[in-house]
Amino acid sequence: MSAFDDTRTPRVPFWNDPRTRSIAVQLIMVVALVAVGYELYVNASANLAKLGKTFGFDFWDKSAGFDISQSLIPYTSSSSYGTAIIVGFWNTLLIACFGILFATLIGFTVGIMRLSKNWLISRIATVYVETIRNIPLLLQIFIWYGAVLKPLPGPKQALNVGGFYLSNRGLNMPAPIFEGAAWMGLAGLVGGIVGAILLRRWARARQLATGEAFPYISVGFALIVFMPFLGLLLAGWPVTWDVPVLGAFQLSGGVTVNPEFIALLIALSVYTASFIAEIVRAGIQAVSHGQTEAAGALGLRQSSITRLVTIPQAMRIIIPPLASQYLNLTKNSSLAVAIAYPDLVAMGGTVLNQTGKAIEIVLIWMIVYLSLSLLTSSFMNWYNSRMKLVER
Amino acid sequence: MDHSLAYVRTEDAPILKPPANLVGVRGWIMANLFPNWSNSILTILAALFAYWVLSNVLGWALFRATWTGESRDACVVEGAGACWPFVQAKFAQWIYGFYPIDQRWRVNVCFFVGAAALIPLLMPSLPYKKWNALFLLFAFPLLALILLTGGHFSFGFGAFISFVVQFLAIVAAFLPLSVFGIENGIKSAKPGLILVAVGLVLRVLSYALGFELPAIFDGVSTTYLMALLLMLAGGAWGILQIFGAGNQASRPVLRAWLFGGAGLCLVAVLLKWDFGLEYVETSQWGGLLVTLVVAVTGIVFSLPVGILLALGRRSDMPIVKYFSIGFIEIWRGVPLITVLFMASYMLPLFLPPGTNFDKLTRVLIGIALFSSAYMAEVVRGGLQAIPKGQIEAAQALGLPYWNTMNLIVLPQALRIVIPGIVNSFISLFKDTTLVTVVGLYDLMGIVIAGFADAKWASAQTAPTGYFTAALLFWVFCFGMSRYSQYVERRLNTGHKR
Repeated sequence: MSAFDDTRTPRVPFWNDPRTRSIAVQLIMVVALVAVGYELYVNASANLAKLGKTFGFDFWDKSAGFDISQSLIPYTSSSSYGTAIIVGFWNTLLIACFGILFATLIGFTVGIMRLSKNWLISRIATVYVETIRNIPLLLQIFIWYGAVLKPLPGPKQALNVGGFYLSNRGLNMPAPIFEGAAWMGLAGLVGGIVGAILLRRWARARQLATGEAFPYISVGFALIVFMPFLGLLLAGWPVTWDVPVLGAFQLSGGVTVNPEFIALLIALSVYTASFIAEIVRAGIQAVSHGQTEAAGALGLRQSSITRLVTIPQAMRIIIPPLASQYLNLTKNSSLAVAIAYPDLVAMGGTVLNQTGKAIEIVLIWMIVYLSLSLLTSSFMNWYNSRMKLVER
Repeated sequence: MDHSLAYVRTEDAPILKPPANLVGVRGWIMANLFPNWSNSILTILAALFAYWVLSNVLGWALFRATWTGESRDACVVEGAGACWPFVQAKFAQWIYGFYPIDQRWRVNVCFFVGAAALIPLLMPSLPYKKWNALFLLFAFPLLALILLTGGHFSFGFGAFISFVVQFLAIVAAFLPLSVFGIENGIKSAKPGLILVAVGLVLRVLSYALGFELPAIFDGVSTTYLMALLLMLAGGAWGILQIFGAGNQASRPVLRAWLFGGAGLCLVAVLLKWDFGLEYVETSQWGGLLVTLVVAVTGIVFSLPVGILLALGRRSDMPIVKYFSIGFIEIWRGVPLITVLFMASYMLPLFLPPGTNFDKLTRVLIGIALFSSAYMAEVVRGGLQAIPKGQIEAAQALGLPYWNTMNLIVLPQALRIVIPGIVNSFISLFKDTTLVTVVGLYDLMGIVIAGFADAKWASAQTAPTGYFTAALLFWVFCFGMSRYSQYVERRLNTGHKR
């Protein structure tokens, strides 16, 4: 019985003490990690020495010597490798922004179509989602590029619709040229946006006070659309259009969008849209019937139920996976390298081939993409904490 | 009760048929296609669109298609559709790549064995799931490796066997600790442990300081022999102690020791053994073979590593936890294509000078690391779904960590994440197309490479090839996604009312 009377904590042998064990495991892990890291370091320096190379970013300022088909910043073949990589970075952001825009538009449309009561509409949306989702993105990029855009006629027989020329060299569009007092248009846009925000505030305050609703969405939208035109009109319409002209061999003037960009944009938005459509459908279906029935019982119209009850609650569920789809789209834009669209990975690959600086280039890639994903995940954390249901 | 009041009905009114426009085919069409004006217009537009797509696709793929022919001449006809003879001529290459034609039976055996082992695993009603899974995870990869490459690998076979024997002897000397508990175990194992320790000291002395005893037999190091004998004696002592005690707890320990040792030696022998198979370089592999090799390697490797990483991410030990988080987030944060570039350009720089893997192996390493990070997140989802009460109950019963995980948490968690695992296999399967960019010929890569063949150059060659490749991928991925949905429905039954 004496053992049971003993009130002191029984002595646990040190090898059975969880704290000792945890420290031992972590010590072993640290030692193993340091050993592996050291081994990698030794190997890398031995290999680099054998190849007569050094680690460093001194290549950054050297002249690149190759041309880039599309650049948002001034670039010539005598610019530096660093400039080339920055050009690639901006091109990645460009394709990502446009891709996100179109993928969201298509995705939301298809997602809502899938929920349509119209059998044919919902079936077409289902077929779209199930077909596109199950074909590799890279194959889709090749199909758009190799089977749709490349067989188009040359610039001389380009398909022409009102100043837009589509050929196997890409899309040539009229470009607006702003001169003189064109800032009035911009001022009109800003004024329209500010006006719309003020209008929304006023409409809300009035509704809270008197209960009368005001169609601030359509009026605000009209403000944003028409104010820039008003501004330009007041300034005496200082806009001319640079329309593409068919020369002897090629189209000149206007803006040219490369076929690589078009193929990548279509493939990325169509592919990502099929995932976004599923997210939208799941989000809307996740709003419980009780909510819409209660709103109906309060006498809200169908459109008001959708706008005020369903969508705000569905968005809470939709936005986190949507953000990770945006991140996926940005990462998938790296497939550009397969059709030679000059994005960050393609430019990095070209520089890698010319300079042999494998470790440095891979580091640049990792830093850029990891920062992008870090930004996205911090946004999602912020959004989740803001949107979390506050319960008792 | 008085029923004589004239206005009270004494029998039911006859049941009328529902209006004809609400039931049957007509009712269905009215409700689902033409409920009102705006929807009717939408329906007509959608029907026109569907007709346009279908007539174009079917017309191109079937009605206007070329079905027979020996070369491009059959396909360069004005207005002709798909060029199916091209697919017939190239199909074997799309499956096997440049694998030697007389050796293709080896690929077929792998496909067949893989399918024969996988299909029963996927059918929930069949028994022996554990053995089936073990076969697929361990035996099948070994079989495929030997069959596909030809086996007969050159590696330090003698050194490996010697290492395994010494390792087993040392483990055997420690076995009493595991059977009798640490305190009693040390008592009974002490002589064995001392013998092993002396043997180890001898080995270290001869390895680090060049210490050698005078030679007895020609060509054999006496120090090595002495050390080996000492270790074997120590191991034998440990085993004898366990047998002497006749303890019930000793059986599983002994079994694990024996099978582990035998397994290691068997693997070494099989890898070394000359089966008389011709050596086939991995650069000759291609097509569906490479696609499946990459995807299956990725998933087989990522399962155990992903489980470990997921457990690590939920661990209380900060170093283990932050290492797992860092590993997972780094691989998940970068695009696969940069991982593949990393594997093919940067990895060789970090290997010991002189060692080099072929391109496929390097890509496989990259894919395996990449998919482990994704698998870890899938498994973590399952782990989080297990109520904390399960772990607490296991702890209250006195189960140690690994038993809690192996017996309580993982069996439940892994069952939940089967759909997630299938889904990550689908995306891995689609992602294998990226290996084309670093110069391997997977299914898509080899289809595209075939377009360059002058014998088949026609306007319809590329569309036909793309269409077939897309169709093949679609069939695989759609099938798998249907399976995953089926499992999900099966697993959900508990929550349905």
